[in-house]
Amino acid sequence: MAEKLLKKGNEAIALAAIRYGADGYFGYPITPQSEVMETLMEEMPWETTGMVVLQAESETSSINMLYGGACCGKKVMTSSSSPGISLMCEGMSYMAGAELPCLVVNVIRGGPGLGTIQPAQGDYFQSVKGGGHGDYKIIVLAPASVQEMYDFVGLGFELAFKYRNPVLILSDGAIGQMMEKVELREPVRRLTDQEIAEKYGHWATVGKPASRHGNIISSLSLAASEMEAINLRLQEKFQKMRENEVRFEKMMCDDAEYMLVAFGSSARICEGTLEIAREKGIRLGLLRPITLFPFPEQAIREMLPQLKGIMSVELNSGQMVEDVRLAVNGTVPVEFYGRMGGSIFSPEEVFGALTKKFNL
Amino acid sequence: MDVKDIIKPENLVYNKSKVLTDTIMHYCPGCSHGVVHKLLAEVIEDMGIQDNAIGVSPVGCAVFAYKYINIDWQQAAHGRAPALATATKRLYPDKYVFTYQGDGDLASIGTAEIMHACNRGENIVVIFINNAIYGMTGGQMAPTTLLGMKTATTPYGRRADLNGYPFKITELIAQLEGTCYVTRQSVQNPGSVRKAKKAIRKAFENSAQKKGTSFIEIVSACNSNWKMTPVQANKWMEENMFPFYPLGDIKDR
Repeated sequence: MAEKLLKKGNEAIALAAIRYGADGYFGYPITPQSEVMETLMEEMPWETTGMVVLQAESETSSINMLYGGACCGKKVMTSSSSPGISLMCEGMSYMAGAELPCLVVNVIRGGPGLGTIQPAQGDYFQSVKGGGHGDYKIIVLAPASVQEMYDFVGLGFELAFKYRNPVLILSDGAIGQMMEKVELREPVRRLTDQEIAEKYGHWATVGKPASRHGNIISSLSLAASEMEAINLRLQEKFQKMRENEVRFEKMMCDDAEYMLVAFGSSARICEGTLEIAREKGIRLGLLRPITLFPFPEQAIREMLPQLKGIMSVELNSGQMVEDVRLAVNGTVPVEFYGRMGGSIFSPEEVFGALTKKFNL
Repeated sequence: MDVKDIIKPENLVYNKSKVLTDTIMHYCPGCSHGVVHKLLAEVIEDMGIQDNAIGVSPVGCAVFAYKYINIDWQQAAHGRAPALATATKRLYPDKYVFTYQGDGDLASIGTAEIMHACNRGENIVVIFINNAIYGMTGGQMAPTTLLGMKTATTPYGRRADLNGYPFKITELIAQLEGTCYVTRQSVQNPGSVRKAKKAIRKAFENSAQKKGTSFIEIVSACNSNWKMTPVQANKWMEENMFPFYPLGDIKDR
């Protein structure tokens, strides 16, 4: 039987990194996610799997260490929280441009600026609309439990290498700090240098054998025609992500007349709202996007014929609601309810907002 | 005797390194980059490490170093080459990993990365080209620009009260426990070229012996942005750069 432990979300990320065969973690301390690196340092994976763990001098350096490690065809990751992720956005743009796989974990805290250390979801726009410069996309996974924190490390690496693109786990201070039961999956062995050379040697910087010219990993191309061709190729890749990687969960949606859309910790709270609504005879459902990019537009559109209203529930000023409205395209009323700056709503508050906005 | 009679294999005294590609360099005639690239390629060839060398190129004129030296290359964001090299070396401890950076890249935007990589004693080689000016962007002030020197952003000459002082970062690097070899070289004549090549070879050997970081500054000429002929630039460098940036080993252990 698989081992089950009681762990914080942040600890689950660290344990998953080791067990999913990560080659390197590079990070910088910031609340509320410092347990990730602390757990890794306690576990000392360099003694067991050979995984490298390094405390960098900054988040800027961390993401550029990922850039170097990813160039080598290695499974590399970092974790941080909102202000640190802002510093990493430049690096993520470079890595998307150079087509490099990596895993970044953002345990969001309230912003803007230094903000607070309490949970929030204010980094939705930063995550799904770019954050860094240029036309690029990263796959964004939004866990709603400690188990998903663990599982998405494996899924994240898989998708990162499938598309040779950064993948972001967008969590928050609540999921990172709360303790839940987590089932440890079957460990995945790290690839040997030989295996990496065979698998990724056609693009990675693993040392040039006599049989080929040196590999060059760069996001630079000064000729406009070449740069446009690269952009078109990248856009094709992002389109494939939209076609193949949408993930979501629907709860009580079969007979729903009203639907909440919420991700991560907001979705967990909204599960409570579903129970309250059902007790009062309101047919309420919940759609939880698991991938924020690609966004489950089609899943939302398919619900429209039966719905009288949708409410997007977020720990921010209303960010994902814009994507919900784009999907709905004016056919059904879309409302928003949220709190900010580290304050969290209760299931009752969400229910109160729903009844008020739709006169229920 | 005709020239054709002289061009014979047994009379060959010099050959282009096989590690250098045939791509025509974009560097200006008189620029030091080409010579340093040649030395790097020769050292890589002499040591037989072409299949084990991984280079990290900067942002600046040397961004295209990867076009000229036929090994695996990573092209870093501005100033971040030491971070890439750190991860690469830690993930592949037996490869020869080096960064190639200019003065803007290493001594301005990338000061944190170079200081911490050197302080951690990463077993990498750092080639630092100091020509006291930004080349690629068209001759703006660099951290290493001398006082009084005219650049696009100090059109009346660098003033300490307005622009601060020229940055002797190599002396600072030598203070860090993680560095094993810190030296300042140049490549403006055959004698200095020979010394610079020896220094580069030594740095790569240090890397193999895991002695710590080896840091080689090469005081270089940028005649185009200094607005001089190549000959004038080398003379100006000897008369003005060398007194402030004296050549020789600063640390060797």
